[in-house]
Amino acid sequence: MTQLLEFEKPLLELEQKITELRKFSAEKGIDLSTEIQTLEHKSNVLKRRIYGQLDAWQKVQIARHPERPNFYEYIPWLFEDFIELRGDRLYADDRAIVGGLARFKGVPVTVVAHCKGKDTKENLQRNFGMPHPEGYRKALRLMEQAEKFGRPILTFIDTPGAACDLAAEERGQGEAIARCLLMMSEAKVPIVATVLGEGGSGGALALGVGNVVLMLEYAFYSVISPESCASILWKDSTKAREAAGALKFTAVDCLKYGVADEIVREPLGGAHRDPRRTAEELAKILAKHLFRLRAESPEALRQERYEKLRAIGVFRTEVENGSRESGAGPASRADPVNPANPADPGQADEKTEISLDEALE
Amino acid sequence: MFKDIFRKPKYVTLNSVPAPHRLPAEHGQEGAQLRKELPDGLWVKCPKCGEVLFNKDLEKNGRVCTTCRYHFRISARERLALIADEAGFEEWDAELRTVDPLEFPGYSEKIDGAQAKTHLPEGVLTGRALIEGLPVVLAFNEGFFMMGSMGSVVGERISRAVERAIALRLPVIIFSTSGGARMQEGILSLYQMAKTCAALARLAEARLLYISVLTDPTFGGVTASYASVGDIMIAEPGALIGFTGPRVIKQTIRQELPRGAQTAEFNQDHGQIDLVVERSRMRAVLANLLRYHQEGAIYDSTVGV
Repeated sequence: MTQLLEFEKPLLELEQKITELRKFSAEKGIDLSTEIQTLEHKSNVLKRRIYGQLDAWQKVQIARHPERPNFYEYIPWLFEDFIELRGDRLYADDRAIVGGLARFKGVPVTVVAHCKGKDTKENLQRNFGMPHPEGYRKALRLMEQAEKFGRPILTFIDTPGAACDLAAEERGQGEAIARCLLMMSEAKVPIVATVLGEGGSGGALALGVGNVVLMLEYAFYSVISPESCASILWKDSTKAREAAGALKFTAVDCLKYGVADEIVREPLGGAHRDPRRTAEELAKILAKHLFRLRAESPEALRQERYEKLRAIGVFRTEVENGSRESGAGPASRADPVNPANPADPGQADEKTEISLDEALE
Repeated sequence: MFKDIFRKPKYVTLNSVPAPHRLPAEHGQEGAQLRKELPDGLWVKCPKCGEVLFNKDLEKNGRVCTTCRYHFRISARERLALIADEAGFEEWDAELRTVDPLEFPGYSEKIDGAQAKTHLPEGVLTGRALIEGLPVVLAFNEGFFMMGSMGSVVGERISRAVERAIALRLPVIIFSTSGGARMQEGILSLYQMAKTCAALARLAEARLLYISVLTDPTFGGVTASYASVGDIMIAEPGALIGFTGPRVIKQTIRQELPRGAQTAEFNQDHGQIDLVVERSRMRAVLANLLRYHQEGAIYDSTVGV
């Protein structure tokens, strides 16, 4: 039985009843299919209602769900073959980052992913998916190798953040992350980054510089954890729910701000309800982008990625006569959220409300 | 007689402001407050050794304690004045203004407050100047502007400065002082890390020099991006430099960092920094390094000043 989150509790009763009826019907040989159908219909309506209006904090809980598939679980559904390559050749092999060679729809790719554990023992091994510098240096090594052999790079992000302890500081956590950013921004091979669950700050971004950035529907991608944000803002880490809303870090938000390019729909209730279907949906979208990118020249890939990065950011330009002009690079995708055009605030508001369905188009 | 005039305030100061036991590096606001409490700003107490210093002497000394060499935090403009030739500074992109894209609670007020406090539109200063006659592109974080945090404007101005350096074929020096990526602009701030690094990757490809100077404090998203990828890494003595701040490390994993951890010297011992340079020598050291890179074939044909 799947572990239920607080807001899923109303479903519990209904689902229990359905299970009971099924059992009863099977045991006694009585046909209860109409009743079961009615209840299932009811349950589906309720599910749609619950999952259709999740707030940011509820999405965080799904993204952090202990049963949410980690990278290893996706491997058999995403790739025909996977050879794990380990170690940074400098210090150690960090299990919080998994990397290697894989075949994706027949195409050899390099894969680099954060990996959380599924239980306490594995989580201790993998440091809860929080990499040390050696993890990022392994990622860097594998990505450089990918570029050398002209292989596309697929990265998968799922980390609460980079490791924060003395060891990480001694070995240059900042430098290790920065080198990944530098390398990825210059790479002459296609890079597709996917946020699978938690996209925690710089530790996540280190694998996030893609030509295309995908996000699973309930994934989030944030500069700071909602708990830390709450403790800075209100000196109260229990106000994480409010902070989660303020940080605008859901997949739909990231799409709006020009960071994410497409959202991968998850099964109702989250990826853990049906990892295989999630993987299939992801594979479809990955393939679409990867095959498009593979047709581009190395220089075009690099230029495109640079322009994508350059366009991220929202600000305005103070013009001498006092009028304002919006600016977020040439693409200016973040314009709808830029209050620089006071002439028509209504329209701007309308644009900021992107529904998921629109987002998925 | 002269002594008598000043003895009293000195006495008062010592009593009213208890000596902080920790470095102000961790407590920037306390330090700023301390300065304010002293009468007329005539005297400043060194937060490290406790010595009470005549403000004018401190100013003359580049805001370095004359007794213990403690480096006070200074503003971007002060730093510019210590580094660049008097010939002037051509500031770039000062017209970029912050908006509040997330409509984040209290952000607009914070920006207004920071602008009033620093007289700068944002937490960075970028432009072109000469150092001992050598042309260079400079960027400074303004540590007193929301802890020098990086949002869209800071990221954009640094990226533009680096791009312009490539076009002008000039070396770049960035002075970092930052708490990291700016929370109030969310994911947009996070991606400024990637944006600035992408620009620096192009600078590197153009084989132009980038010197990164880390000053107190440099943390988080700034350490994990442009501040860490200099061809030459310099830090001011005693500056705290790291990825995660000591308080957060303590809160998260209950690990108390040993004394001296995350200082410039600690980072040098662990291979993260080439040189620890005192503020008084910074200009000469930078000029020397610039000259090293000017003598190469690439610079000969392009630098005319």
